[in-house]
Amino acid sequence: MSVRTLTIDDQPVSVEEGASVLDAAKAAGVAIPTLCHMEGIHDTGACRMCLVEVEGIPKLLPACSTTVQEGWVIHTATERLRNYRRMNIELLFAERNHVCSACVANGNCELQTMAYSLGMDHVRYDYCYPRWGMDLTHPLFGMDHNRCILCARCVRTCWHIEGAGTKNVAGRGAGSHIITDMNQDWGDSATCTWCGKCVQSCPTGALFQIGATAAEMTRDPARLADIITARRKKEWNV
Amino acid sequence: MSQRIVIDPVTRIEGHAKISIVLDDDGAVSDARFHVVEFRGFEKFCEGRMLWEMPAITARTCGICPVSHLLASSKASDEILAVKVPPAADKLRRLMNLGQFTQSHALSFFHLSAPDFVMGWDAPIEERNIIGIVRANPELARAGIRLRQFGQEIIEFLGGKKIHPSWAVPGGVRSGLSREHRDAIVSRLAESYETTRAALALFKKVVHEHRDDVEKMGKFDSLFMGLVAPDGEWEHHGGRLRFQDARGEVIADQVSAQDYRDHIGEAVQSSSYLKSPYYKPLGFPGGMYRVGPLARLNVCDFMGTPQADAELEEYRAKWGGRAVSSCYLYHYARLIEILACLERIERLMDDPDIHSDHLRADAGINQLHGVGVSEAPRGTLFHDYTVDRDGVIQSVNMIIATGQNNLAMNRSVLEIARAYIDGPEIPEHLLNRIEHGIRNFDPCLSCSTHAVGRMPMRVQLIDAGGRLLDERSRD
Repeated sequence: MSVRTLTIDDQPVSVEEGASVLDAAKAAGVAIPTLCHMEGIHDTGACRMCLVEVEGIPKLLPACSTTVQEGWVIHTATERLRNYRRMNIELLFAERNHVCSACVANGNCELQTMAYSLGMDHVRYDYCYPRWGMDLTHPLFGMDHNRCILCARCVRTCWHIEGAGTKNVAGRGAGSHIITDMNQDWGDSATCTWCGKCVQSCPTGALFQIGATAAEMTRDPARLADIITARRKKEWNV
Repeated sequence: MSQRIVIDPVTRIEGHAKISIVLDDDGAVSDARFHVVEFRGFEKFCEGRMLWEMPAITARTCGICPVSHLLASSKASDEILAVKVPPAADKLRRLMNLGQFTQSHALSFFHLSAPDFVMGWDAPIEERNIIGIVRANPELARAGIRLRQFGQEIIEFLGGKKIHPSWAVPGGVRSGLSREHRDAIVSRLAESYETTRAALALFKKVVHEHRDDVEKMGKFDSLFMGLVAPDGEWEHHGGRLRFQDARGEVIADQVSAQDYRDHIGEAVQSSSYLKSPYYKPLGFPGGMYRVGPLARLNVCDFMGTPQADAELEEYRAKWGGRAVSSCYLYHYARLIEILACLERIERLMDDPDIHSDHLRADAGINQLHGVGVSEAPRGTLFHDYTVDRDGVIQSVNMIIATGQNNLAMNRSVLEIARAYIDGPEIPEHLLNRIEHGIRNFDPCLSCSTHAVGRMPMRVQLIDAGGRLLDERSRD
């Protein structure tokens, strides 16, 4: 397999052909913020938190879903990128109804942690205050669309780790939303296996266990990583 | 020519309000109104949320008494889950409420109200605040601040933080009390008793020397309401409702929280965002009732702890038995309640249940309606929820202590204005007294503390045609 050599934040790094910019940054020890990326499922570049600058290319590129090219000179922490990331996280907060203080994921939320790390002390845009509802029809799990950032990690987890294909995205633009099967109540789903992997994959409080109260929802994405590793290495005797 | 006097804002209370006093053509007080000028909307925006979030959301109603909302909300949620909370959870909820009473009452007495009667009604505004007390009587100020801290620490030990702990949940509580924290509470009890006794001695001296204030600072007939135990003991979290008339006669007893709507109506007045609950059988506004320390001490048969019972006996003997009616004595009742809280905290410290790990009962949605009632420092607090079968909130009704005192606060302002205003000259100390008439109730309007220090106060004299005759400003 051939190798690609490039520079990330002034560090030379070599990675295998086909690797993503995010993989290369990881190899170089450079941290790039991500929200929709999750180990074990394919990337879609949905959240735009991982945008980077490549010299000679005017557009910003998502690190998770951009394949490295030979000789690229990449910058991950320029003033321009900091501005865009800050703008991006503020827009995520403005788009739906994120109220950390009463949220089940308070203190265990990737969106909240990201906002802290980017120094978001206020949102400069008008909040949209959309009227999204909740789906509490499933006996074990609930979905609060108000807290969804449309990263679609749950969809990809459901399709590619569990293989049930229960979760999907419907609608367009600001009307996009996560649905169950043919836009049914989750409690009526014929395909959901009640495995809870989608809940483990959710970065915010959008998916949660029924009965969880404020700040009580903790997750362990390592469990999903264990399943993927075991499957790849054929550690299971089936 | 008739005049309107406006005090805006009222300071050293929790929230935003103004007072207007209307004088008739002869300069006599014809009406007085207490306007709450802020709007919150909790009952509306909780609709569509899930039951399990309600304690955390409604706790945000208030930064002073989040614990009261947390507990009332948890009790309403327990009803909807149809569970009996484990005994340890009930005791720990009580412990947190006792801590809450202690810290809130200490805040009301030492920080917000004492500046008026310690520094004097005529003391300059720069001196009539907690900083003034720190200068004039540093020991008293320090002790008061530490007493409040003691109550807040109990809340923190249990809930992980002093303000807005998400600790009480539908079915119980999240965590118990560690032995280390238990010892820390015990170590602070002696000092807390001493401070409370000193405050009681101070206030007894104040009312002895200024008996006139007791008569003129809002003394009027009203009903009283509060929770009492089945045997009539003072209650703060369990028990049932008791209504008492102005002569101290019980008119409704052991009323279940679920039946509160049969007894309490809520009137809306265009002059204020605060609703005016009233005792339904007597109608509006004749069914005016008071809640809070004064009412709780009137409706209970006994306190249930030795020191508080001794104080209650002395208080009743001197100030009106089972029908103490001067709002100025809210302060006195508040201090007796702190003493009762300390004794109950001490008693709980020897209860092995407080270290139990059986703290939560689990269930799904079993009832579609639940009412939780608990005593907040300022009075009885109701949370009434209706949910659908999935636990999504369909409607919320919250009746807050300060709302229930609304009619009485208006009446109090009127009484004080009538007692002290005579003619077109409005001396500063009279306005201070009127403002203090509201502070007697320790109202919690927005549920967040005001800044200490110089707050602007605007007093306007307006004639019947709305023409500004005179204006005075303090800022």
